Amino acid sequence: MEALLSNVDWPEIGIASWDTLVMVGMSLLFSVLAGLPIGVLLFLTGKRQLLEQPVAYAVLSFVVNVLRSVPFIILLIVMIPFTVMLIGTSLGVAGAIPPLVAGGAPFFARLVETSLREVDRGIIEATQAMGANVRQIIFGALLPEALPGIIAGITVTAITLVSYAAMSGVIGGGGLGDLAIRFGYQRFQTDVMVITVALLVIFVQVLQMAGDRLVLYFSRK
Amino acid sequence: MIVFDQVQKSYQVDGRAIPALHPTDMTIETGEVFGIVGHSGAGKSTLVRLINLLEPPTGGDILIDGENITRYNAAELRAFRRKVGMIFQHFNLLSSKTVSDNIAFPMKLAGIYSKAEIRDRVQELLARVSLTDHATKYPSQLSGGQKQRVGIARALACRPTILLCDEATSALDPQTTQSVLRLLAEINKELGLTIVLITHEMDVVRRVCDRVAVMDAGRVVEMGAVSDVFLHPKHPTTRDFVFESESIDSEEMQEDLQKANGRILRLTFKGEATYQPLLGSVARASGVDFSILSGRIDHIKDTPYGQLTLSLIGGDLELAMSALEGADVHVEVVR
Repeated sequence: MEALLSNVDWPEIGIASWDTLVMVGMSLLFSVLAGLPIGVLLFLTGKRQLLEQPVAYAVLSFVVNVLRSVPFIILLIVMIPFTVMLIGTSLGVAGAIPPLVAGGAPFFARLVETSLREVDRGIIEATQAMGANVRQIIFGALLPEALPGIIAGITVTAITLVSYAAMSGVIGGGGLGDLAIRFGYQRFQTDVMVITVALLVIFVQVLQMAGDRLVLYFSRK
Repeated sequence: MIVFDQVQKSYQVDGRAIPALHPTDMTIETGEVFGIVGHSGAGKSTLVRLINLLEPPTGGDILIDGENITRYNAAELRAFRRKVGMIFQHFNLLSSKTVSDNIAFPMKLAGIYSKAEIRDRVQELLARVSLTDHATKYPSQLSGGQKQRVGIARALACRPTILLCDEATSALDPQTTQSVLRLLAEINKELGLTIVLITHEMDVVRRVCDRVAVMDAGRVVEMGAVSDVFLHPKHPTTRDFVFESESIDSEEMQEDLQKANGRILRLTFKGEATYQPLLGSVARASGVDFSILSGRIDHIKDTPYGQLTLSLIGGDLELAMSALEGADVHVEVVR
């Protein structure tokens, strides 16, 4: 065992795992905080919806599509000047978070929009018939009804962010991806590569299981 | 009282105005159960949604208790809607809320009730719709009939003066339909609230409605007391509905009548006349022979009625007819 994993520096792996956890956690938090309102706005301004606004929808939808269509590896590089402006560095764990949010938020926004669209129109109509205003319809009916879908969306976003976070190792982002590139790839240390991949797989599995459980808990259908 | 004054509604489809409701005048009295029947696409859904302005009219005025609701601003409209309950074909309950929370929802939205008021009112409504044991369940755990009763309780939460029913029994089986209709009749009587009910089943109208409007292609083609419309339908659409509800095939009926001899009459008995042993005595007095081609005895809301189609042969026909009319029977000569 020792011989097989001779290159593996376990404390280093521990630090890298923690870094990945922090990157995914922080970028997920900001992606949800930014993506949720964008998703709600996308839904509300869409065709035949409560606040139908073709122009606003087109602009918002365009921005989201642009961010989503840029391959993440390119987005990482394009974002460098903004990241430096925002937090002073484009390196390390902190430097990876802005591009991760730029990739995660629009992705999550679309998932929110989709799950809101799945809410039965009749429920919106019934809530309107009770004399609810738009804010009450959103917070009283739409979001609670779409909650299982939104949680599933958070899970998918979290998993996407795990792979994005690993990619950020390319531009010096830190975490398991950084480890895999510097040791596993550039120094041909296959054992390090295997361990980082195994850890990433476990990470994704745990996220998916936790997400599925939460969805099940909140589903009343 | 709900008054429609030249109310119309059209939708813009590809730049063209498609009429859903042609200019309509209509009055629905306070405390009555008013039915609107029509085939799907006849405009009845639009009509009922005009009453709480879920669909704003494209012309005309809607007056409710003298107030022109089409002039309301957004806040006035929301306050007004709290006084108009609505139930739906597919119930439209919030799947994420328990039965109690669904019933409490409109009161919470109103923002003018205390927690204790809401709790007491929910208990009271649960008892009224006999769902006290199901208070903490979620809608997915209930049957269709139970869901609709939650819908009714929710619609009554803010003590409305009008209840709109959008095909409220169309998704239910016949027995459940009966119990929901009984509940509606009960709350109409006890709370005195006006019920406007749309349906495509004439049977629903017959059971609970006082008056009915029949719609066809965006127009009200016939309107009146249920017993008049039901027993003496004038418009072809109305006839279709009445026949349909009695599963009478009008072509088959015509064929049957071809085979019968003599004069064919349709007699309509209403109220007490339904129970009188009239035919035998009239036959003896006038010497006519009769054979019964079709017949039924039933109720329109609480009024019993009977309708018989007879063929009469021989004897003094004039005497027989005047004797029947004299006994408060409506006589219609079919042939």
